[in-house]
Amino acid sequence: MKVPLSWLAEYVDLPGDATPDSVMAELVKVGLEEEGAHGFSVSGPVVVGQVLEFTPEPQSNGKTIRWCQVRVAPEGSKAADGGEDVRGIVCGASNFEVGDKVVVCLPGAVLPGNFAIAARSTYGHISDGMMASGRELGLSEDHAGILRLGEIGLDPKVGTDALELLSLNDSAAEVNVTPDRGYCFSIRGIAREYAHATGVDFKDPIGNAHPETGNGFSVTIDDPAGIRGKVGCDRFVARHVTGVDATRPTPPWMVARLKLAGMRSISLVVDITNYVMLELGQPTHAYDFDKLQGGITVRRANAGEKLVTLDGQPRALDVEDLLITDESGPIGLAGVMGGETTEVTNSTVNVLVEAAHFDPVTIARSARRHKLGSEASKRFERGVDTRVAEYAAARVVQLLEVHAGGAADSLGADLNNVAPAEAIFLPLDFTTSLVGVEYTQEQISKVLTEIGCVVAVVDGGFEVIAPSWRPDITHKTDLAEEVARIIGYHEIPSRLPVAPPGRGLTLRQRQRRQALSALVGSGHTEVLTYPFFSEAQNQWFTEGLPFVKLANALQEESSQMRLRVLPGLIEAAKRNLSRGLIDIAIFEEGAVFLPAEKITGTDPLPSGVERPTDGTLAALQATIPQQPHHLALLLTGERVKQQTNIPAAAYDYSDAIEAAKLVARAIGVELELKAAQPKGFHPGRTAELLVDGNHVGFAGELDPALAADCDLPRRVAAAELNLEVLYAAATGVRQANPILVMPAATQDLSLLVDADLPAASLQATIVEGAGELLEHIRLVEDYRGSNISEGKKSLTFSLRFRAEDRTLTQVEASESRDRAVALANERFGATIRA
Amino acid sequence: MSGNPINPSVVDPVVDSALAAIAAATDLAALRASRQSTVGEQSEISQLNATIKNMPNEFKAEAGALIGAARGRLNQAFAAREAVLAAVEERAKLAAEAVDVTAAPTKLPIGGRHPLSLLMDQISDVFVGMGWEIAEGPEVESEWFNFDALNFDADHPARAMQDTFFVEPVESHLVLRTHTSPVQVRSLLERELPVYVLCPGRVFRTDELDATHTPVFHQVEGLAIDKGLTMADLRGTLEHFARIMFGPEAQIRLRPSFFPFTEPSAELDVWHPNAKGGARWVEWGGCGMVNPNVLKAAGIDPEVYQGFAFGMGIERTLMFRNGVLDMHDMVESDVRFSQQFGVSL
Repeated sequence: MKVPLSWLAEYVDLPGDATPDSVMAELVKVGLEEEGAHGFSVSGPVVVGQVLEFTPEPQSNGKTIRWCQVRVAPEGSKAADGGEDVRGIVCGASNFEVGDKVVVCLPGAVLPGNFAIAARSTYGHISDGMMASGRELGLSEDHAGILRLGEIGLDPKVGTDALELLSLNDSAAEVNVTPDRGYCFSIRGIAREYAHATGVDFKDPIGNAHPETGNGFSVTIDDPAGIRGKVGCDRFVARHVTGVDATRPTPPWMVARLKLAGMRSISLVVDITNYVMLELGQPTHAYDFDKLQGGITVRRANAGEKLVTLDGQPRALDVEDLLITDESGPIGLAGVMGGETTEVTNSTVNVLVEAAHFDPVTIARSARRHKLGSEASKRFERGVDTRVAEYAAARVVQLLEVHAGGAADSLGADLNNVAPAEAIFLPLDFTTSLVGVEYTQEQISKVLTEIGCVVAVVDGGFEVIAPSWRPDITHKTDLAEEVARIIGYHEIPSRLPVAPPGRGLTLRQRQRRQALSALVGSGHTEVLTYPFFSEAQNQWFTEGLPFVKLANALQEESSQMRLRVLPGLIEAAKRNLSRGLIDIAIFEEGAVFLPAEKITGTDPLPSGVERPTDGTLAALQATIPQQPHHLALLLTGERVKQQTNIPAAAYDYSDAIEAAKLVARAIGVELELKAAQPKGFHPGRTAELLVDGNHVGFAGELDPALAADCDLPRRVAAAELNLEVLYAAATGVRQANPILVMPAATQDLSLLVDADLPAASLQATIVEGAGELLEHIRLVEDYRGSNISEGKKSLTFSLRFRAEDRTLTQVEASESRDRAVALANERFGATIRA
Repeated sequence: MSGNPINPSVVDPVVDSALAAIAAATDLAALRASRQSTVGEQSEISQLNATIKNMPNEFKAEAGALIGAARGRLNQAFAAREAVLAAVEERAKLAAEAVDVTAAPTKLPIGGRHPLSLLMDQISDVFVGMGWEIAEGPEVESEWFNFDALNFDADHPARAMQDTFFVEPVESHLVLRTHTSPVQVRSLLERELPVYVLCPGRVFRTDELDATHTPVFHQVEGLAIDKGLTMADLRGTLEHFARIMFGPEAQIRLRPSFFPFTEPSAELDVWHPNAKGGARWVEWGGCGMVNPNVLKAAGIDPEVYQGFAFGMGIERTLMFRNGVLDMHDMVESDVRFSQQFGVSL
């Protein structure tokens, strides 16, 4: 809400040196956040001038300029800039006559956009100032010619300060109005809050006297069902004004205030309705009375009905839309926008003024349905004062009479079905028990009275009736908040509550941190990417999985939620590479989104007013996609750079596998590996990762074709793990193995096997065959080539044997080893390499 | 009876000469080369010793003692000299092995946590230290948890305040959570009272990425529901938190505001004593006393229990706490951004 200070000053006393910033600093204390200061950005000597004579001078560029003599001060007086009283000015416009009063910006003036006016040489003259258009002054969009003051109904004396004349010296404070404070979308509401913030008196513009409302005009409200049991319209005031001259200009002070408040001047009648809305917060509408057919009925739309709104758009109406209708059909979408057929135009003579109160829910739904948020709907959906309609109508009538030459008669309507406000019981100690400040009975009573409540002290507390402009106050907590807010949050003391003993991080939370720390400690860098993917990205590593799709993605091509984390890392790698960072080891931990099946519609949501049943909660929970946390990593470039005496080492598939193992170990489980050919990975360099036979993910090398498609180097190592499987496998407290201290015996073992036998299978067999004396085994060599026949390989393992209770002899170790060889021979035809 | 032929006047010059020879050796090789002539079988002292067996018996004991002492001194001197020379040579060898330690090669790349994830962990630790627990929840969330249970009426403009991503079809009532507050509701539904939980996590709003906005960002929210909690407890908690995050000089300030799920509601400013460009007030987050309607939606009697909630953006906190100037740095995955922080903020 933008608040022109001159307007605000009509209802509260502002200090003489008040600025938008000083006003905002006060308003923020009562909960209106500062948004910014606004002004016309015009300064310096800007005065009323009168054109004395001009000479048209055609130019070689085809334009014709006028060389004008303009009086800018009374004869014999100095002008506002200290110069002569008549100035020679070159003007490009041709919409003026000799004798016209115009706005002259003298040298030293500064116009919006930091446009400084100076005497300058142009078209062979010294132009000693500028005659301004409405747009140049920041007052309007009008740039068809210069502003002729006579056209806006002004005939001031030459030399008059035009800034003051046109209210261009006014400025506005803009504050953010929270959704519960609909009444602050008015100067009246802001002035009231300013009074609360500063303690100055508030002069309510609606006063106490009830204005006339007229009668005899037929208005019917026909809305038996309403929405949520609430009738769409509970107040409707109509006034008839005759003899209006709709062609008259809007007074400049009104134009300036509208402009500062963020609204464009449109025409006198429309400007007046907007002005009153800004002043009182009550949206009003003016119909061309002579275009109305019969009386007005407020009702819901019938199926198939249409309405062309004032913005020229045809609207297909919904049966929930509340309409203003006459005998011709719909003439307005209630509380949102009027219709074209009864629009006020320059030829309008008789006007029907409407000021009504509509149900917030009805208006909110219509505005959303038609994507037609208007200044009116914004106010109605937040709640308009139920008592202000008759005052707003009277104010419109008064302004039409003063500025449009109209005259009100007694024709009108006044329907009032507003339900009386119910009293709220506020226990005496409730506010203190919520806020923690020791408020006295007097303080509470005083604050609530100040904000407009009717307060009765009763046994144990207060009976409070909230003011008509505060539909948000419905509960004792709302009242307690008002007390805390007006007395000030700075009064709240500080006390650190003691929570019951906590259990620390959960096992899962600790495991997650351990995994991330282990990766970082081994040279990996965590990144966070967006989970919005294209269909193609989601298909890089999966096929045919259902996915979660956004209905309103920022980019339609990225409207799927990720099924895997890795594609995001590919994009991250691309960005790093494009910045010359070619050696990267990145990882990300986060959720992926897996709907159980295609997402479908559900029953209407349960209400938020009470705890749903366990069954309802379970049904709600079942609609939510599974969101397991994955960890993906991507490695490319060199792990070790070439340095003195150190050769370079490129990342390869094994680094991805090792990192995956590291993650699992940090979580507390050991991974098993199995050769696999998953989508998106190199078919010969990828391992499936398993825990207790359960699938965890894959690690290895990216499919070089995918890497090439993504503009990555040919060799990219990558892994993706479903952490949930690891967490599930690593539960419980680990039990210690005893540390054996008797001397060990070590042996090497080289076995010839088929070249395609996985080393892990052979190793597992050796462990099984060797029995419990084998303490440790490590693969040290995979040899193929000379001395090894085609299709075979030699795998060498280093074995360490140890007994619990004695020094092991080489004979015992050899016996153990021989059992291992025998089993390997039986299973795989393995023989000892000679 | 004449005197003993082996007496100090005979032995001492022999010892002195051998000691001189030992001392004269300047390296281990020279010393060891002199072994035979100084302490070995060929040495003068050995030769003297050999004469004892031919001496009259009455002199043997005395001569033996004299020679034994002399050999002891010489062996000791030899060993001492050997140790000195060995040490010198070892030192020379080490000197020859010297490298430029400032040019030590790097074999392990630099890693780093993302500062946003690190900051959430760090904040979690603050509250775990106070006995709070860390609660988590889904990012694709039911509208009921994200809005209805938090006192956002379906038709209230507050629901439109947060620009929400909806999941197709919209009848599924699924959204990308717009705040971590649904985790508060889940905590109230699932946990035993009293509840003191912190909910860090990723949230989503339909803002285009620019220097200060991102559609995907992070929040941390706190919730305490107990008997007798007031706004004073809220203030005390926030002050403690602020001091840990911004130093002992930090202060907080509450300004009236509106959120559907709290009442009274407040904007939270923090006095940041170490802000870039000087100490100042910075908008940090929102907070308030939990609205009784939220408690009712979770089946809690607001006449018995009440409490407070607060929340702040992690990106924003990182921006003003650690001087990050542009949101792009936090979302573009440039490894240099994470690596500059390593594992500490």
